[in-house]
Amino acid sequence: MKKEFEIISQIIQNNKRVLDIGCGDGTLMEYLKFNQQNDVRGLEPQKDLVQKCIAKGLSVIEGDAEKELIQFPDKSFDYAVLSQTLQAFLFPEKVLKQLLRIGKQTIVSIPNFGYWKVRLHLLFKGTMPLTKNLPNEWYNTPNLHMCTIQDFVNFCKETNIKIDRSLCLTNEKISEITNGNLLYKNIFSQLGIFLIK
Amino acid sequence: MPSLAGLFFCLKQKMNKKTKNIKKLIVNQSLELDCGKIIKNFPIAYETYGTLNKNKSNAILVFHALSGDQFVTNINPITKKEGWWANAVGPGKAIDTDKYFVICVNVLGGCMGSFGPKEINPDTNELFGTTFPVITIRDMVRAQIYLLEYLGIDKLLAITGGSMGGMQVLQFASLYPNKTYSAIPIACSASHSAQNIALNELGRQAIMADPNWNNGNYFKTTLSPDKGLAVARMAAHITYLSKQGLQEKFGRKLQDAESLKFSFDANFQIESYLRHQGTKFVDRFDANSYLYITRAMDYFDLEKQFNGNLSLAFKNTKSKFYVISFSSDWLYPTIENKEIVMALNACGANVGFVEIDSDKGHDSFLLEVPEFLKTLSEFLNSTYKEINNEKRI
Repeated sequence: MKKEFEIISQIIQNNKRVLDIGCGDGTLMEYLKFNQQNDVRGLEPQKDLVQKCIAKGLSVIEGDAEKELIQFPDKSFDYAVLSQTLQAFLFPEKVLKQLLRIGKQTIVSIPNFGYWKVRLHLLFKGTMPLTKNLPNEWYNTPNLHMCTIQDFVNFCKETNIKIDRSLCLTNEKISEITNGNLLYKNIFSQLGIFLIK
Repeated sequence: MPSLAGLFFCLKQKMNKKTKNIKKLIVNQSLELDCGKIIKNFPIAYETYGTLNKNKSNAILVFHALSGDQFVTNINPITKKEGWWANAVGPGKAIDTDKYFVICVNVLGGCMGSFGPKEINPDTNELFGTTFPVITIRDMVRAQIYLLEYLGIDKLLAITGGSMGGMQVLQFASLYPNKTYSAIPIACSASHSAQNIALNELGRQAIMADPNWNNGNYFKTTLSPDKGLAVARMAAHITYLSKQGLQEKFGRKLQDAESLKFSFDANFQIESYLRHQGTKFVDRFDANSYLYITRAMDYFDLEKQFNGNLSLAFKNTKSKFYVISFSSDWLYPTIENKEIVMALNACGANVGFVEIDSDKGHDSFLLEVPEFLKTLSEFLNSTYKEINNEKRI
């Protein structure tokens, strides 16, 4: 399992109700359910991935988060998880609001567009950045709304979202983001993981 | 010329002979139907496949649809045709009878041995016909509980069924929140839409317009409303297919001819196909049963049973649900299946959902649709594994 999922699993711990939005083939859900006895549900737009999850015994609904999240009652999950998907929505702000409504707490991870390799790529090559985390060309990328760690922190401040924890990941190494190191982390982190409410 | 009474006796004997070898449970408890009538000592005909395991944790109750019966797979002993869900049920199939114990009951109102309009009213010693009480999906489901009691099964591994079978799944899960580990409603709806009712009414009117129907008393004559029932079946059959599926299979292909015949014979293959479906159906189905069962479907409104809040229907459920719909099904479209999913989510139930891509319309659940059969099999597998691990602890 990738480091990001390890971190998310550690935050969630045991016996919680979790909704994984854009759960893919259910790797995180599987770990949360079978290793940490969480009660987990998933939402995934791709049929083949939904069926993979079902085969693993996971309860996943085929559907698009931008349309389907309204059906879940307020605070019906301890955690709503959105892993590296926020940037792919047409209206990320609306999706985020739904997550905050459904989950008592929400875990959001974002690929950091402020990462130095991304910056250098644009600066020197003059083309849209391609990195390990952002492997697609501008014309076929699912990512519509890329942002940086700094952008996300600013957004939370402006919209009164409380950040309980912020972590970042660089080459499998995890560290905390603080007010003091934000500028630095925004350059040297590939991924930001936020626990918000 | 034989007297009417004598003729009736003949018919009765013929029918009894036909359904003699069917497994039947005579329920001697009384059951109050939704219409208020109380029935007792009524038969429910059923069939089982596979073997019930020691801890009785491998039983799957399959509910049949409008035109189905208890003979899910193998050769139906009455019609001599393959069972209606042979694609999904059998050794090595998605619902593997080498592994699971499959039960199916002919619904109340049916015509394959269960209490229905073709049975004899003990009070009058005549066939019921249209004096049979109007039954509901809820009545059908409640009647089947007696069989589970008789078989000594406290909790099923799964309940499943498509179309009207799916409605029974929903009703069962709502009535008995702790009697099944999992529930798989397929291509169905929690309440029959105006379009569904309209199409059923079309079928009923076709039967009633046949003079041989004789207000439902055709069993007292030598005639039966075959034409009406065949037309009902033809109309219904169109609703089970998709436009694209029909176009691909038949297009404008002609039947045994190079050019148009300039007549009202079956010029086109689709006409000939539908006529064949109609005629075939008449041989195995009772017209009055068709009226009663379609009525039960029309009356089905689980939402209304819970004052307009469908999620209350599943408030206490402990079952794990897997709702499946088909992309080209316009009779019970994905949106109606999704309403079930939404209601389940609204009450925090455990639910998965997928829409299977298929151009075969509503009938997809009966046909060889590999992606559907695969996911059905995998869901059952994982559920079975989970339960049996649980029991080991």
